[in-house]
Amino acid sequence: MRWIPVSAEVTPADAGQVLRLCGLSVSFATPAGVVSAAQDVNLHVARGECLGVVGESGAGKSVSFLALLGLLPPNARVRGQAQFRGAELLSAGPRALERLRGAAIGMVFQDPMTSLTPHLRVGEQIAEVLVRHRGLSWAAARARAQELLRRVQVTDPARRMGQYPHELSGGMRQRVMIAIALACEPQLLIADEPTTSLDVTIQAQILALLAQLKREQGMAMVLITHDLGAVAGVADRVAVMRAGRVIETGPVAAILKAPSDPYTQALVRNAPRLEEPTSAGVAQPARGQQAAALTLTDVSVGFTVRARWFGQSTVLAAVNGVSFGLRAGESLGVVGESGAGKSTLARAALQLLKPSSGRVVWMGTALGEVPARELRALRRDLQIIFQDPLGSLDPRRTVGEIVAEPLQVHVSGLDARAREVEVAAALLRVGLPASLGGRYPHELSGGECQRVGIARAMILKPRLLVCDEPVSALDTPTQQQIVSLLAELKHASGLSLVFVSHNLALVQRLCERVLVLYLGRMMELAPAQLLYARPLHPYTRELISAVPIPDPDLQPARLARALPGEPPSPLNPPSGCVYRTRCPHAAAVCQERVPAWEEVNGDRHVACHRWREL
Amino acid sequence: MLRYALRRIGGLIPTLLVIVTVSFCIVRLAPGGPFDQEQTLTPAVRANLDHLYGLDQPLATQYAHYLGGLLHGDFGPSLSQRDFTVTELIAQGLPVSVTVGLLAILLALVIGIPAGMVAAIWRNQGADHGLTLFAALAVALPSFVTGPLFALVFGLALHWLPVAGWERGAPRYLVLPVLTLALPVAAYLARLTRASLLEVLGSPWIRSARARGLGGTRVLWRHALRPALLPAVSYLGPALAYVVTGSLVVETVFGLPGTGRYLVQGAIDRDYPLVMGMIVVYGTLLLVFNLIADLLYGWLDPRVRHE
Amino acid sequence: MQAGRRLASNRHTRLALAVLGIITLLAVVGPWFSPWAFDQLDWQHLALPPGHIAAHWFGTDRLGRDLFVRTLCGVRLSLLISILASLVSLGIGVAWGAVAGFAGARTDEWMMRFVDVLYSLPYLFIVIILTTLFQRGSIGVLLVAIGAVGWLTTARIVRGETLALKRREFIEAARATGLAPAAILVRHIVPNLLGPVAVYATLTIPQMIIFESFLSFLGLGVQEPQASLGNLINVGAQEMQSAPWMLLVPTLFLVTLLICLNLLGDGLRDALDPRER
Repeated sequence: MRWIPVSAEVTPADAGQVLRLCGLSVSFATPAGVVSAAQDVNLHVARGECLGVVGESGAGKSVSFLALLGLLPPNARVRGQAQFRGAELLSAGPRALERLRGAAIGMVFQDPMTSLTPHLRVGEQIAEVLVRHRGLSWAAARARAQELLRRVQVTDPARRMGQYPHELSGGMRQRVMIAIALACEPQLLIADEPTTSLDVTIQAQILALLAQLKREQGMAMVLITHDLGAVAGVADRVAVMRAGRVIETGPVAAILKAPSDPYTQALVRNAPRLEEPTSAGVAQPARGQQAAALTLTDVSVGFTVRARWFGQSTVLAAVNGVSFGLRAGESLGVVGESGAGKSTLARAALQLLKPSSGRVVWMGTALGEVPARELRALRRDLQIIFQDPLGSLDPRRTVGEIVAEPLQVHVSGLDARAREVEVAAALLRVGLPASLGGRYPHELSGGECQRVGIARAMILKPRLLVCDEPVSALDTPTQQQIVSLLAELKHASGLSLVFVSHNLALVQRLCERVLVLYLGRMMELAPAQLLYARPLHPYTRELISAVPIPDPDLQPARLARALPGEPPSPLNPPSGCVYRTRCPHAAAVCQERVPAWEEVNGDRHVACHRWREL
Repeated sequence: MLRYALRRIGGLIPTLLVIVTVSFCIVRLAPGGPFDQEQTLTPAVRANLDHLYGLDQPLATQYAHYLGGLLHGDFGPSLSQRDFTVTELIAQGLPVSVTVGLLAILLALVIGIPAGMVAAIWRNQGADHGLTLFAALAVALPSFVTGPLFALVFGLALHWLPVAGWERGAPRYLVLPVLTLALPVAAYLARLTRASLLEVLGSPWIRSARARGLGGTRVLWRHALRPALLPAVSYLGPALAYVVTGSLVVETVFGLPGTGRYLVQGAIDRDYPLVMGMIVVYGTLLLVFNLIADLLYGWLDPRVRHE
Repeated sequence: MQAGRRLASNRHTRLALAVLGIITLLAVVGPWFSPWAFDQLDWQHLALPPGHIAAHWFGTDRLGRDLFVRTLCGVRLSLLISILASLVSLGIGVAWGAVAGFAGARTDEWMMRFVDVLYSLPYLFIVIILTTLFQRGSIGVLLVAIGAVGWLTTARIVRGETLALKRREFIEAARATGLAPAAILVRHIVPNLLGPVAVYATLTIPQMIIFESFLSFLGLGVQEPQASLGNLINVGAQEMQSAPWMLLVPTLFLVTLLICLNLLGDGLRDALDPRER
């Protein structure tokens, strides 16, 4: 590993330094011995500057910053120096650190659901910081808290004050966390993966808010993330960490455009990015007008949500009137925010969930109408891989048993020996050694687990593979590998693919056509090339413009254009066009009528009243 | 919150009806009758007695009759102690049993929860180890073991406290029975509280509260304690059931004039109204107590109210 | 396998296992090596304190029966009843809970509603009534009564685990593979239930011992001259003023047994708890 001695880097604006870490090392005393988490970390952040700290999970990013705030568990050993505005933090007593935390140094954590106290109202949690650090009365603190909520663009702040965290959406909760962190106007804000658990559209909103606040308050900011797109939009300088060390630092443009370290180069190369709209994607449009292998006609899936008192129940329409045809050998991407009904649709297509209405026809057979036994036999051709690589493997069975299970179900008269050969071949096809067959799932990495899942799905050479967010639980480089593997398999065996993902960049790489869902309804269906080059539906545009791209020249401007608003509750969808509450082009007609599913140029469809005008 | 409470209270009545029905069936379907052991009775006298108490009527009629009586708060006559009604018998014993039982639960809460908190806050230190060991021992000791042992040690050997008697609830007579009942409950509560407080203290929102510079006291009392109490609150229902069970033993061991003896003796004597009365009274008591525990849970955890 | 190693590495668990083994062995073979039978009277030595003569190690009771033999017989009977009752309650509970959780929807709702209703009965009262109304002292009735109570909790726990398992994607993967529901239940659900059930079973046995002893203490369980830990303690409590050893000897055995079983259960739970991994 080549590593640039950062401490040698002399900055002229040394006086403006808010935070300076010198030779910071963190280790944990565990029963198995001392484990080092960060070694000799040298970093600095100046006033009004944002430092992006990137690296994979376990690279020591969070640990380094939790260490200087004294927030690590008692078995942690911290050495080195950490100066905050000239004062040493590591030797400071717990009281002194307490006075700094939340006052001069604000912190925003990854998961806003678990980082807010569940049984305390939002208003109190913001106000208590002001009472603690500013000595405000509770009444004054509450008034100020409401102002802060408005500042972080929370809608209806007066009502939010009295709500509990679980009553807010993920995006709103993260805004509340930011309001708490900013309450005492800190000189330094540490944001630890602030957008990782959010949808791309909300991610863009939160990052835009952080950028704006940094600008307005002139504070120093540390953005800890694994997402180079986030860094490109907000950070001024970047530090790359790997295995507890800082391996490269520099201005954001230099790191993202001309990285010198090979690891950083790989990181930048693997970062998901949208292809240039003009260039032809990897995927080619389907050849000719083949008959569809899989046809969904007006499929709806409803879940009954029961309100317990007086027995009223509401039907949550997770998927509402979806129709599409998938040709043999074609791949269809299904995109949308969480709650859009993507996974539900994927399961309905395979009859793992019974649609409440509509038909699913596979090769001329209506899957909803065949007897259960026949459907089980048909499953030989219809396979699925799941979002949670470990969770989709039975923890009590070996990899070999897991991969062999479809053989046992569908292929009779196969002896143990023959089965073993098949399993070894299946593992080999997904790039795993046959020796893995004796291991248990928890002994494997996430990427290996997902490969085992793919091997199980592919061992019978199915003709349709449904992928439900197959890579969203994996690290970026692993994501790329799995997508490449899927592309290879598809190419080699000519199977049809339904690829559900919220990651538009991955969908662009793999899919020939893309279906955009919002609140369970179809918004747009088009060949991938056309969709990315010229989206017709305003929602498709919002999705595409929210995709973070690791380009510091473009991304700040893209962030600045992030649209406000969040999806409404699917229990109570808006009238007319469901997207109208967020749509910048909504007109009177959008409220009155549900837009028709219009065919455009023969190969694409859109559901929007105003697409022609836009 | 109010709606949540009303909903829960509304659910009580059908459950109570089921309790009455099921126990009525069990009690009456068993072989034998109330007057079997009185061998001196001639068949004619027996038939008269059966007629007097309505035992010669079809079961369904008796059931309807019993339900009708219950609605007016009438548990019927006792068949074994024929000078008393069941209501009178229970009214004599219940204050004793309830006093001892509730005092025991109160004592258990007052000792158990703070002990668990102390153990969690000073985890892996002397106090924690001592408490954990003591709790493991106390949980394993059933009341029919501790009761006689306490009487042996504090009464017979040390002569600190009286071994048996009630004396209208004089505190000296209450100490040993209450302690016997409270000890295992306190130990269990301490274990629950320790485990849950440790879990809560390790949760992300506590780290986040500390990251805001909040002091240890506020983090503990305002952010950690309420969710940490949830397991203890859900244990309240089972705790009462345990105390009711234990009171049968404790009343025997310490010679308390409570209701415990009615149940066992009533069942042996086939005194149907007495046994049924006991079941209805204690069933209601358990249900109400569970309800209180549920409401407390809803108050502690706002997420429950919304489901 | 890992769980087994973790279990063996726990000092408390090893100690508990060793003591349990010794007590069980004593209870099974001990009475054979004593010249006395559990109901044999020794008129020369009434209410003899322990350690006085070699023939009666633990002394005798008021009727001159040997306390060593009676206690060991009591341990044997208590263990036997509690293990059988645990098996009864586990059998019903696991089947009920797994079917309810796996079937889901209406079936689940009705099956669990039934459990809820039974749960709301003052169950101890029902057991007391059952044991008094039907043939008092019959071990069969005792088993049914104790087992009938225990399975409710087992059913709830198993149903909860099954529901949690059913939501896991590997069950959906099995369905997508084309496995029939019964095969999924047998191949994927039940093996994954074994861990929690094993833990629960070891924690059930001490509860059953307490319950049996409790009923015997009240005179509703095992009847004289048969000995169980409960009725030995009952007699001992009545005689504690004049013959404290009659209370202390069976108490010591009961408490040791309970503590060891609880330690074993806790150790097993820690060993199987995925959060510890």
